[in-house]
Amino acid sequence: MSAAIEATRVCKLYGHGPTRVEAVRALDLVVRARELTVLVGPSGSGKTTLLSILGCMLTPTSGTVRVCGVPTGDARPEALAAIRRQHIGFVFQSYHLFSTLTAAENVQLALDIRGERGAGAIAKSAAVLADVGLSAKLKSFPRELSGGEQQRVAIARALVADPSVILADEPTAALDSENGRAIMAILSSATKQRGRAVLVVTHDARLFRFADRIVHIEDGAITHEERPPPPERVTNAQVAGPQTAISP
Amino acid sequence: MAAVTGIVLSVVLILVQMGLFHGFGRMVTLVVDHTSTDLWIVSKGTQYFEDISILDTDMRRELSAVDGVAEAIPVVAGFSAWLPPEGGLIGIFVIASDPVNGLAPWNIVEGGLDDLKTPGTVTLERSYANQLGVSARGETAEVRGHPVTVGAVTSGLRSFTTRPYVFTDFRSARSYVGLPANLVTYFLIRVKPGADVERIRSEAQARVSGIEALTPDQFRTRSRDFWLYRTGAGAALVAGALLSIIVGTVIIAQTLYSSTKEHLYEFAMVRAIGASNRYIYRVIAFQALVNALIGLSVATVVSIGVERLTATSVAPVMITPTLVAVAFVLTLLMSVASGIASIVRIVRVDPASVLTR
Repeated sequence: MSAAIEATRVCKLYGHGPTRVEAVRALDLVVRARELTVLVGPSGSGKTTLLSILGCMLTPTSGTVRVCGVPTGDARPEALAAIRRQHIGFVFQSYHLFSTLTAAENVQLALDIRGERGAGAIAKSAAVLADVGLSAKLKSFPRELSGGEQQRVAIARALVADPSVILADEPTAALDSENGRAIMAILSSATKQRGRAVLVVTHDARLFRFADRIVHIEDGAITHEERPPPPERVTNAQVAGPQTAISP
Repeated sequence: MAAVTGIVLSVVLILVQMGLFHGFGRMVTLVVDHTSTDLWIVSKGTQYFEDISILDTDMRRELSAVDGVAEAIPVVAGFSAWLPPEGGLIGIFVIASDPVNGLAPWNIVEGGLDDLKTPGTVTLERSYANQLGVSARGETAEVRGHPVTVGAVTSGLRSFTTRPYVFTDFRSARSYVGLPANLVTYFLIRVKPGADVERIRSEAQARVSGIEALTPDQFRTRSRDFWLYRTGAGAALVAGALLSIIVGTVIIAQTLYSSTKEHLYEFAMVRAIGASNRYIYRVIAFQALVNALIGLSVATVVSIGVERLTATSVAPVMITPTLVAVAFVLTLLMSVASGIASIVRIVRVDPASVLTR
């Protein structure tokens, strides 16, 4: 499987002198296509910092990161934004939907920033929302949606531009277990059907069964990796039914 | 909503203050605005209509002799005292001229110009009726000891000096203001069709000493300059208008900037999912423009309401398309300025901040 994101000897330091904190320490990680990687670790272990670096939102103090083969080391903020736009879809813990936009408009936003507008963008966002089981909620505002539905909209927003990589930060943390499983099933499906790389940061052990690979991080360093045996993994169809088949 | 409310209040402040300024400017030239002649002949140094110039009636012959002059129409005007039937003394401003070719009352709502031909017949401005103690045609009072009868009633013919304009015939006017038969206040010049007004103006000034010949525009400008820039009342209005522009524009800028800052986190999210700087600029510019347009539209409606409410007051607010255009330009400039300030802040926002929220 090809490397979607490749981090080599990545370090991230905060502060100076006695207040200096090493959030990520000489870390190597490959996030591969067609694989759902779960990054797990206790609070303060460096998960979010690492996700920010892999997602080109934070520049490492040292080390290199390549996203879909593109080195990010010397890239300026505008170039990093372009890499994010072209290759990465984000799913956030708190959904981060615009309250004044409908579900469809929130999804269209991801296309709008890529210059895709008009009927094509509307059709594309409607299709992706249908894929995540929200075809009846296109015109609903976030306040009219449950937490699980809001997160599905956020996933649709991440998927609509067909990125190579999905980075999800605690995507189920605010959801009950049923909705959490449904969200993970959608993300799992995204890896299989379009060959995407999906990296999910979580501390919820119940989600491990969706993972192709589990990476454990502690004190800014990877302690070990594991691959759950195939029977334990759950497919999209098993959890959420046929309506959540991803096909953007 | 808060942003739009802030803009509305600021633009209303600017429009009303500038409307007051403009309204005052128009009030001081009301009589000049209602004459259709080509030149005003005034005593040298006369600043405004009520400033009272004194001219010899013989000048009429000299002025009429200027090549191109069709007619020199005398105007008698001056302050006098009105005695209401129930007693008291009210200052008035008496005007008499040729009502057909010279200066006539306007906005007549009862009676007509013919009703003023009878000596001792005067106009009554409705908005001063209570003050003058008469309210309709046929009612009587006294002006400087002379009995007068209301022959016509006007509406909306307010004087900026607060002394009511009272139109009457020449002979009566002379009695009321105490002007001898050999003197008039102004001459209005009507030139022959196709005649060069500027040449006639120069020639009249050269031929007749002690006078100035002014086009209506020149007289208007002189009157406004005097009242707006050389008197305390005018200075207060100018200062008020300037202050409203400064305060209003600062509020608009601050409101828009705060509004953008309120949504800083949303911009961080848009940055996080890959929006370019150009995209952010476009969003901010669009938001500023929409806020400015909505704010201006609502403010214009409110200001027009204020204009209507104050139309017959002593301080009318005049909202003109030019004023609205000025307010629009100011609002837009401030929107752009605050947008630029917001952009500087927003492009520095850390997209990673969305992961910690």
